[in-house]
Amino acid sequence: MSTLVKNILRFVLLILVQFYVLDKIHLHQMVTPYIYFLFILWMPFSLNRSWQMVLAFLLGFTLDSFRHSPGFHAAACSLIAYLRPFLINILIPQEGADTNYDEPSARSMGGVFPYMIYAGLLTLIHHGWLFFLEAMEFGNFWYFIIKTLLSTVISLVLILAAELLFYRKQKFRTNTA
Amino acid sequence: MRNVFLFIRRYFNFLLFLLLQCFSIYLIISYNKYHSAVGAAVMNEVTGKVNTQYNKIDNYLQLKRTNEQLAKDNEQLRNKLRQNFENPDTATRIVTDSIPFDTLGNKRKWEYQSAKVVSNSVTAQNNFLVLGRGSAQQLNKDEGVIDPNNGVVGIVTEVSENFAVVMSLLHKDSRISGVLKNDANGGGSIIWDGKEPNYLSFINVRQSAKAKKGDTVITSGITPTFPYGMIIGTIDEIRPDKSTNNFIIKIKTAANFYNLQYVYAIKNYQREEIDRLVEKAKSRNQ
Repeated sequence: MSTLVKNILRFVLLILVQFYVLDKIHLHQMVTPYIYFLFILWMPFSLNRSWQMVLAFLLGFTLDSFRHSPGFHAAACSLIAYLRPFLINILIPQEGADTNYDEPSARSMGGVFPYMIYAGLLTLIHHGWLFFLEAMEFGNFWYFIIKTLLSTVISLVLILAAELLFYRKQKFRTNTA
Repeated sequence: MRNVFLFIRRYFNFLLFLLLQCFSIYLIISYNKYHSAVGAAVMNEVTGKVNTQYNKIDNYLQLKRTNEQLAKDNEQLRNKLRQNFENPDTATRIVTDSIPFDTLGNKRKWEYQSAKVVSNSVTAQNNFLVLGRGSAQQLNKDEGVIDPNNGVVGIVTEVSENFAVVMSLLHKDSRISGVLKNDANGGGSIIWDGKEPNYLSFINVRQSAKAKKGDTVITSGITPTFPYGMIIGTIDEIRPDKSTNNFIIKIKTAANFYNLQYVYAIKNYQREEIDRLVEKAKSRNQ
């Protein structure tokens, strides 16, 4: 499957799963698990940075359209898409790993630990910014800090589960081959 | 000039990022403008279509519950049939109801329009429902929406051709007027604090009102959106506010927002006339 088709399928499936499955789950009051931004975490290394941001914005905007709350997810998604390359630069261990592999995974980032830091940080930032924007309208801060932390933990568990369920084969590419 | 272009090229990513963030925040702030934008109506139709497909499956899975609900409704309606009531036989003439009932609808004030819930949310900070009935099916903006047991659900805010968006009671801008069923002095406003779904706040109720736990709160009928007596909820917790002379009341909603399947929109035939009159009065005062 080509990278383009794979990513389009991911986009559609993740939005549908997010809106029709996860949004219907009501864990203790209002903690909702989010997984749709896995699309952004899994975007290929080779993609232009501007395109990453535009695609992330589109992803967020699509979910916003379903939920009738324009802007919130679009803002959070474009934020993590902007920060993603910096994080990858810091976390990737060996020189040239981002050209040898297609997209971020435990293998291409040199271990489960760096990958979890990558996923965890982006999840935290995404949820933090999302709930912060929502909190601006209500102004109840402690509640939203706790909400952010709890949601991050639950989303991370979901991401781990998705990672284990849908094992992505990562071929090692070299220029010489 | 060359430096400007160089600057833009160098910081293109950051500028694009700022642009996208600003656009998102602009969307958040000007939510109502978003809906009047051209793209939003199209998005509404598209998401509505996808929602309808999903809803077909969801409806099938909930058939049993819907059936029970319908049976309950039927039972309630049957009990209201006239033949169930019998007047004791007296010698006086039977007086028919003095309110003229007009089949042409000339005197009609309220009309109920059933609608299927196509999509529903409770977990967001601002919750909406989407109904599978729109302007082509005579549903209009600003109509009140209730569930089959007369529990208030929300108000229609946006209508496209085949779908309508309802601002549910679980929305930060939702504000409807309510009154205690047992005490007409206990009027106030219903708002949502954004924390728990199915729980609302009833504010501005004077402490002189007789309110106790378990009392029913109904719509007051002083707005042209809901008729008098639609059930908003029952009082769950009540305590006096020391700084003002009001109560702080927490109520549990009558409508269960977690599983709404069918609802009724209430059309007010007198609304236009009332609005015109108010508008006229306002313009005269200026």
